Amino acid sequence: MEIPYTVEARPDTGLTNGKIGIWLFLASEVMLFGALFASYILIRTGAQTWPRGDSILNVPLATFNTIVLISSSVTMVMAWASLKRNRFGTFRIYQASTVLLGGVFLVVKYFEYSHKFENGLFPSTSNFLALYFTLTGLHMLHVMGGMAVNAYLWGPGAKLWKTNPEWFTNRVENSGLFWHFVDLVWIFLFPTLYLL
Amino acid sequence: MSEHAADHAADIDRHVKVYITVFVALMALTIITVAISRLHLPVHEAVTIALIVAIIKGSLVASFFMHLISEKKLIYAVLGLTVAFFFALLFLPVLTHSNGFWIH
Repeated sequence: MEIPYTVEARPDTGLTNGKIGIWLFLASEVMLFGALFASYILIRTGAQTWPRGDSILNVPLATFNTIVLISSSVTMVMAWASLKRNRFGTFRIYQASTVLLGGVFLVVKYFEYSHKFENGLFPSTSNFLALYFTLTGLHMLHVMGGMAVNAYLWGPGAKLWKTNPEWFTNRVENSGLFWHFVDLVWIFLFPTLYLL
Repeated sequence: MSEHAADHAADIDRHVKVYITVFVALMALTIITVAISRLHLPVHEAVTIALIVAIIKGSLVASFFMHLISEKKLIYAVLGLTVAFFFALLFLPVLTHSNGFWIH
């Protein structure tokens, strides 16, 4: 059975099914992270004292990771633009860069986590660290998920380009929307956890 | 190259220029965020400024990288509903917590 409205827009929505699907999914993601941000506000306003993030966490590393993730958003959107310009080779370079930058983000996070554990800082140590590990841990899972999809579209999934380039371009756009959302969440997590 | 294809390519080229500009703006705002945090402002001011900068950065990503600046109405409707529920989720617990508004 052929999947409907993958390339042409559905007349009633004006959108492809994939696009409306990814936006509905992102809406549910907003609520997921929203619940955790609400928890953060509740716990922080209810606490007698609250540590400044930079007294516990490594701000230079997190700043570096912010730059890495923003750069990966640019390579992601450039990958999509390359397909729109019919340049598949350039797409592959940008798409690979996006996956690699996601990998750099995870490696830096690994060092951050390892350093905390070595110093006896765990989620059970304090409310601040419980929130830090929960929020950044969930965000890392999203980075991993985005990397898996982007790696698939760089590798085996790219076969679709030969048979149906417009559908493939739409898939890259949709995976890009998720990746930019992951970047967007980090843009709020960074000051909330590290700088305030 | 047909006229239509040439127009399309020129359109994408314009998009790419915008992406690069947004990238530079995001980098600058990241540096500003970190620089402001080093001023050790009182909590209320620090939170307000950090939130404003984060909202500007988030808006740039959503508007240009996620193409929300020129999307279909249905997506705006979905996001409008999401934003309404997001704020309800964010503020209702705070109201119940801070002054007992719902408790008494």
